[in-house]
This record gives sequence, structure tokens and C-alpha cells, in this order.
Amino acid sequence: MIIKPIDREEKRSEMSGSVAEMDRREFLKMGLVITGVVAGGSLLSVASAADKLFPGDSFLKKYPYRPHYAMVIRVDQCIGCLRCEKACVVANSVPAYGWRTKVLHKEVPEAIGQKREFIPILCNQCNNPPCVRACPVTATFKNRQNGIVMMDVKKCIGCKICMAACPYNARYFNEERGAIDKCDFCLESRLSKGETKTACAEACPADARVFGDLSNPQDRVYKMIHQLQKPIWVLKRETDAQPNIFYTKG
Amino acid sequence: MGGNGESTLTDCLKGASRRVVSSGPFYFVFLGICAVVFIGGVIAGIHSVYVAGSRHAYGTYREIPLGMLIATYTFFVVTSTGLCLLSSIGHIFGVEKFVPIGKRAVFLSIITLLSGFLVIGLELENSLRLAIFLFLSPNLSSNIWWMGVLYSFETVLLIVEFIFLMQGKHKISATAGLLGIGFGVAAISNLGGVFAMLNGREFWYGPYLPVFFIASALLMGCAVITFFTPIAFAIQRKDVDDAMASSIESVAKLMMVMLAVVMFLTIWRMVSLTVGSPEKQMALNIFVSGPCAFTFWGLEITLGLIIPFALLLLSGGKRIGLMVLAAAFVIVCAFFARLGMVVGGEMVPLYWDLGVKEYASLHQYSPTWREILVVLAGAGFCGMMFLLGEKVFDGFAEEAAERGLRAKKKVDEK
Repeated sequence: MIIKPIDREEKRSEMSGSVAEMDRREFLKMGLVITGVVAGGSLLSVASAADKLFPGDSFLKKYPYRPHYAMVIRVDQCIGCLRCEKACVVANSVPAYGWRTKVLHKEVPEAIGQKREFIPILCNQCNNPPCVRACPVTATFKNRQNGIVMMDVKKCIGCKICMAACPYNARYFNEERGAIDKCDFCLESRLSKGETKTACAEACPADARVFGDLSNPQDRVYKMIHQLQKPIWVLKRETDAQPNIFYTKG
Repeated sequence: MGGNGESTLTDCLKGASRRVVSSGPFYFVFLGICAVVFIGGVIAGIHSVYVAGSRHAYGTYREIPLGMLIATYTFFVVTSTGLCLLSSIGHIFGVEKFVPIGKRAVFLSIITLLSGFLVIGLELENSLRLAIFLFLSPNLSSNIWWMGVLYSFETVLLIVEFIFLMQGKHKISATAGLLGIGFGVAAISNLGGVFAMLNGREFWYGPYLPVFFIASALLMGCAVITFFTPIAFAIQRKDVDDAMASSIESVAKLMMVMLAVVMFLTIWRMVSLTVGSPEKQMALNIFVSGPCAFTFWGLEITLGLIIPFALLLLSGGKRIGLMVLAAAFVIVCAFFARLGMVVGGEMVPLYWDLGVKEYASLHQYSPTWREILVVLAGAGFCGMMFLLGEKVFDGFAEEAAERGLRAKKKVDEK
């Protein structure tokens, strides 16, 4: 059975008449209110702009982690070379039957101009992760220091409820580990060894994946998120998972 | 005193083994089939999880992580709670007509619960870790954690209830039973919550499933008692006595009410899916006209609800053959309904709305023969324990004496 996806962009345009304006609103809701954070309480220009849209102090909170790792995916920069997938496999010993990150392909032959788009996906390291809530034995948990959703493989009972709970299809059962496996922003394989980038971000020749610290106003990710010129969105926002993977274009 | 106790126990065991041994050839044929199916299924399950690997042995995969075995577990534990609820109507809440089925219902509740544990044990990748970390590393926000703990307590309470019920100590038994109901209802609603609180899955998410599971549990309890009680009497080579026939009639009436309730809930469930997000409508289409249409219309609705209701209506509460047939349809079709509920909730791809090639079509699921063997292991265990239980506990013979006493008491009162 082939599914005909609903053209949500078209719907959005119909609703607001301005995609860019809608996306800004979405960004403010998602990036700030839903994520529930503003860096160090010192976000000035955006905070004041956001304050106009969302009065009150609901979003004037600090980022919960130091560092607060996040990734911005510049969808229009992705060329679909899949080097990120390969780098991830090598860095994290991902077996052939699984994946921690994947690049999805979208083709719209009738589109004017660009007819193909690539959408990288990975664990969204959610601030409110459904997988962590669902796990009966805390085998998956939020790292208290940096917010990365981690696995304690020796506790995993293999019930797979976290796989069902994850709105991002980011988990699989790793036979070799005897536990669920997922992206950990390369914490185990790279960050803990002094590297500053994930394997996928490092391997990307088009700078489509920007990895960084959302709690540091000097960080590139911070700067990309805290601006109003370009649309920023997250996937599956309706689940209130509060993801830390942001998407942008332009 | 110890000597007397030992001698009583020895007498009981001797009596039980004598009753088993003296059973007819049909009994042994059925017992043998159940035992073979049970042992074969357990071996297949252990081999699948610990030798072959579930990725190779079972039909589940990344996009459909929960399959037939989870559906079977759900089927058994829902049935167990239903039997527990049904037994309580008589021996806890004092409704006279439901008293005769009490002991058998509690016994069947225990064995269906154990069957559920058996199947889930052969589905989990690391069952041993569950036993350790359920207590050492609990996650109080997890429905599965609550379900596991509550069902563990319920198992103990049901066993206590059954032991004291068999000893005729009704006060202690009723207290354990009452607690068992509390734990059972809490456990089954948490089982509903396992699915209902996954807000990334549109088909499951919401308060419907916990409520539906409780209604469905009582329906299953009625069906199982209606199906197994006449068989139990056949095993004893006895006719169903008047008190038991009257009890089955009451259970059948309650089954009709629960069929109507489940039908009502199912209709509104489906109607409510017609509005809302596109994902919900896609899930609806899976059942109405998609891959699950036959299971839904043919088994869950027609054979599982409408035909049993009609058969029970025709039986007039008297024709036991029709009632047994209706109950059999309910039981078998409820299994497929659980399967549809579990798998149907995972068939819509999570990324379908992106319009990407990788997730342009519905996920498919087909159970493997190993999964079917594990399901049969659960059914075999259930059947084996039922057959043995009827002999070991002598067809719950005390009931007949009690029923006689009650009947005598009524006559005296008159």
C-alpha cells in the first residue's frame, strides 16, 4: 500500500500566507518554549522578540545541561553522499542490520527547480524522552551533565518498549551488545576522548550537520538557533519530546 | 501433628495421582498434545532468543518491535484479570449464582497469568536481567515496571486466594481476592497504559486502551468459564448439575452484556479515528480496508462479537453446546483482536509525513513459525494445567458439596 503524504507546506501557506513567518513562530515555540530554555537567562534580542509573541516568563529559563549538546541539520546543504552514515558505522561499530543515523531521500519530480532532498535523521536526544519514561529498569537514561540519552547495556532487558516509544525510530536491538543501541552523539567513541565533533558532523563534506553546545552563546549551534532570519524546526513536535536536533534551510 | 500433616499431604497426592492415572484415553491424548506443544514451544522459544537470535527467529524488526508474542501476553493477562473479576462476583461480593464458578475461575486466572509470563519470558531478550533490575533499578514512571510489579503481587494473591478457597477459609480467601482484584485492575490498566502513553503512536495514544482492556477482560473471563466448565464436567464424566447450569446461564448473560459493551467501545473507537490527525485516519484504514481488514471485520467483529451474541441469544442460557461454541469464538477471535491492536499500532511509518522514499509504504508483519510455536507453548501450558488441575483438585469437588449444603439450607429456610 502506497501512502500519499499530505502536503503540509501547502497547508501551512494556506493557513498563514507566509511560510517564513509561520516558521519563525514555530521556531520560537519549539526552540525556546518547548525546549524550555534560554541560554543563561541572557538571551537578549531574541528574548525580547519572543517576549512580544509569548508574553510572560514561560521560556525565560536556563538550558538544563552544561554543555547542552545539540545538532542543527542544514537540510538544503545535504548532498546525500552518506559519508555521515559510514563514519557513524566505523566510529561506533554499528552492525550492518542496524543504524544510528540515516539519510532519508525525498523526491518530488514535479517540483520546480530542486527535485530531490535529503533529510538526515538520528536520535533527537530529547529533553523529555519518551524512551526514558517507558524503560522499566532505567537502562536508558538522560546523562545529567550533558543531556545525552544514554544506554546502560548491562541493565537492558530487551523488552523493546523504548523502540516503540521513540517517535524518531532511533533505536534498534544490537545482538552483539545484547541490548538496545542508539546514537549517543559519539560520547563514548569520541567526545569522551577529547574530540569536539560527532563522527557524522566531522565526516560531512557539505557542513550539513552542525554539532555544538546550546548553552554556550559563543557556539555556532547557539548562534544558528538564536536568530530570526532562517526557519528552524524540529520533527514530531506534537509529541512534546522536546528534541535537540534542529532543522534549518537557507 | 507434623505426622498427621504429612499423612494428609501424602493422601492428597496419592488421591490426585490415582485420579490422573485412572483417567480415560482421551484425557491422556489431550494431556499429551498439550504437553508436547508446551515443551516444543518452550524449546523453540529458548532456541530463538538465546541461540538463533530473535532478529532471525522472530518476525519483529526495528519498525515493528512488538509482535505476536506481546499480543499473546496481552491476551493471557487480560483473560487472567477477567477471570479474577468474575470469580469475585460470587465469592467476594456474594452473588449466589456466581459462587459455583469461583474456584475454577481463580484457578484458571492463575494458569492464564502464568501462561502470559511464560510467553513474555520467551519474548524478552534478557529475562534474567528483568528479575534483577525490576527491583534494583526501578523506573517508577514506566508502565511496564508497574505492570510487572502489580502482576507479581497479583500472582501471589491469587495463589493465596485459591489455597484458602480450597480449604474453605472464605474470609482469608475473600480478603486476598479483594486485594487481588485491586492489583489486577491496576495491572491491566497499566498494561493498557504501556500502549496508551506512547504519544508517538497515534493509534494507541489516549485513555481508550486501559478502559477497553478492563471491559475486554470481563468478556474474556466469561468466555473462558463458559468454555471450560462444561469441558471440566466432561472430564469428570458427569453431567453439569443444576446449580452449575444456572451459574453458567448467569455468566452467559453477563457475557452478552460485555459483548455489547466491547462492541460499543469498538464502534466509537473507530468512529473517533475518522477525525483527527492523518496518522489516525491511516490507522483506521488499515483496519477498515487495509491489511488488517479481514482480521478486523471477519474475526474481531463478526466471529468475535456478532455471532457469539447471536448464539448466546439463541441458546436462551440453556443450550450449553451453543454457549460453548459462542465462548470458543470469543476466545479465538480475541486473540486476533489483540494481534491487530498491537501490530496495527506500528504499521504507519513514523516518518511517513516527510514524504520520503524509505517510509512511503506501510510496515508489514508476519509471524514466524517459531513465534507461533511460542504462542502454542502458552496455550499448551494453559491446557495442560487445566487438565491436571481438574484431576488434582477433583473437579473442585467441594463445590458440589457446598452447593448441596446451600440448596439444603434454602429448602430448610422455605
